Amino acid sequence: MAKTTTSPVRTGLVHLALLSYTLIALFPVFLTVINSFKDRASIFRDPLGLPTPSVFSLVGYETVLKQGDFMLYFQNSFIVTAVSIFFVLLFGAMAAFALSEYRFRGNTLMGLYLALGIMIPIRLGTVAILQGMVAAGLVNTLTALILVYTAQGLPLAVFILTEFMRTVSDDLKNAGRIDGLSEYSIFFRLVLPLIRPAMATVAVFTMIPIWNDLWFPLILAPSDATKTITLGSQVFIGQFVTNWNAVLAALTLAIVPVLVLYLIFSRQLIRGITAGAVK
Amino acid sequence: MSTVEQASADRGNDKRPWRWHIAVFLTPALLVYTAVMILPLIETLRLSLFNVKDGQSVFVGFDNFAVLFGDPRWAASFWNALKNNFIFFIIHMVVQNPIGVALAALLSVPKLRFGAFYRTALFLPTLLSFVIVGFIWKLILSPIWGVSPFLLDLVGLKSIFSPWLGKPGSALIAVSLISVWQYVGIPMMLIYAAMLNIPDEVLEAAECDGVTGWSQFWKIKLPLILPSIGIISILTFVGNFNAFDLVYTVQGALAGPDGATDILGTLLYRTFFGFQLQIGDKSMGATIATVMFLIILSGVCLYLFAIQRRMRRYQF
Repeated sequence: MAKTTTSPVRTGLVHLALLSYTLIALFPVFLTVINSFKDRASIFRDPLGLPTPSVFSLVGYETVLKQGDFMLYFQNSFIVTAVSIFFVLLFGAMAAFALSEYRFRGNTLMGLYLALGIMIPIRLGTVAILQGMVAAGLVNTLTALILVYTAQGLPLAVFILTEFMRTVSDDLKNAGRIDGLSEYSIFFRLVLPLIRPAMATVAVFTMIPIWNDLWFPLILAPSDATKTITLGSQVFIGQFVTNWNAVLAALTLAIVPVLVLYLIFSRQLIRGITAGAVK
Repeated sequence: MSTVEQASADRGNDKRPWRWHIAVFLTPALLVYTAVMILPLIETLRLSLFNVKDGQSVFVGFDNFAVLFGDPRWAASFWNALKNNFIFFIIHMVVQNPIGVALAALLSVPKLRFGAFYRTALFLPTLLSFVIVGFIWKLILSPIWGVSPFLLDLVGLKSIFSPWLGKPGSALIAVSLISVWQYVGIPMMLIYAAMLNIPDEVLEAAECDGVTGWSQFWKIKLPLILPSIGIISILTFVGNFNAFDLVYTVQGALAGPDGATDILGTLLYRTFFGFQLQIGDKSMGATIATVMFLIILSGVCLYLFAIQRRMRRYQF
């Protein structure tokens, strides 16, 4: 019976199915990247051909770098994402520590209250969020985006980190208390270093939706100085729909950072998902 | 605050001083979360009961909803968006989730080589932004470029090609399938995790009883991963009824052709923010957001109280 599961035909079929779907998943990205390095004529004449020296051209990239303020957009995205992740991790870990470490009345209720945001998307409050940001004078600032993304990331962060903090040994914390450490030092010096793997998982989960979001940049910070890379490429590509070289080059430029980060963090991310962190 | 005091008082003579650090640990998260997420959500729900008359905000009860559901200016586009959103969701349920389960089943074949490579590659589209995904597929499906007719020709299906994104009859299906292509990684990963958690003894016992291959999948694995299928269904539901970005990127804010791909997210954007000749309307925007909230809430409640409770969980 063990034979049936490992027969070469069967294994071959499994690989065939997986390979064909891998092809479907990767082909569009591959197509975009190779064509961004070709001249206009060969993009249309031979879309599947590799960029050989005779058709190689960087004209698309030249247009993009000349016209679009991509460095600024990239910087904006980076600031917004990094600062939001920092606050999500810090505030999320602090709240998770309070919920998992201390027994106080309202503990469960507080946990449920914070978990509400996992299922209810923050987008539904947009009307009032915009109103509030206008009142606070934060429209067209990166601060507005950071605030929204921090609130958006907190529920899942608290949920995942609370589960993890429960696994930190009590003996260790009590030893710290006997040595006269304050509750704050216990948190920052004993517990935080121990939950670093969980923090990395949360960071990756928080990062993807923030980096890719189009809705809030479009509504809260559409000005030229505060555009994120996602909104920037959206507007830019929209203007250049007929300039295929520029569109393909802009798409490739937008894919590359994600691709690089993914190749670095994919192990962490996939382990995070399959470890049951989001079950 | 006082709850903490009471809690220590409840423990009798253990008269600990009020524990400030708990408040310090909780406050930043609570403050940001409440101020930026919960209060605006409540305020949006409240705004849906108000409308502007003669420059003043007046309480109008459920009038906004009556207008949205019944007034000829609004009702047609609202019911159209709602219907499209349901089709969008159903396409995800019947295409994305079965493909995700199938890929997970293939990935969890024991002693599979290159497993890590497949997982990394299959999950890649999920990480790309809607803008990238939307434009890539717009180019590929464009009749100007000719990549899709060419590829279809390779498998002898050139005749079925048409500018799918531009035809009212097929645009919604095309956009939904693009979204499926992007998001299939999520059900795949969650189901894959659930399948890894099935203990080997259960599968070995099944093999001893002669249950292998297909029947093993249907009789043993599928019942065991049902809770995870429930979770991916509710995640798909919430994600779909809150979707906006992909349609906006591929078809623009008008969700053309002729509103064929209009879903609640794009309708909310146009209503609240205004588009071209239409002026933004805060009250109606809040009303649509409230309807979306109620739809999502009822979906989540249905899942939590009706589905999740009845599902049998197996303890190993």
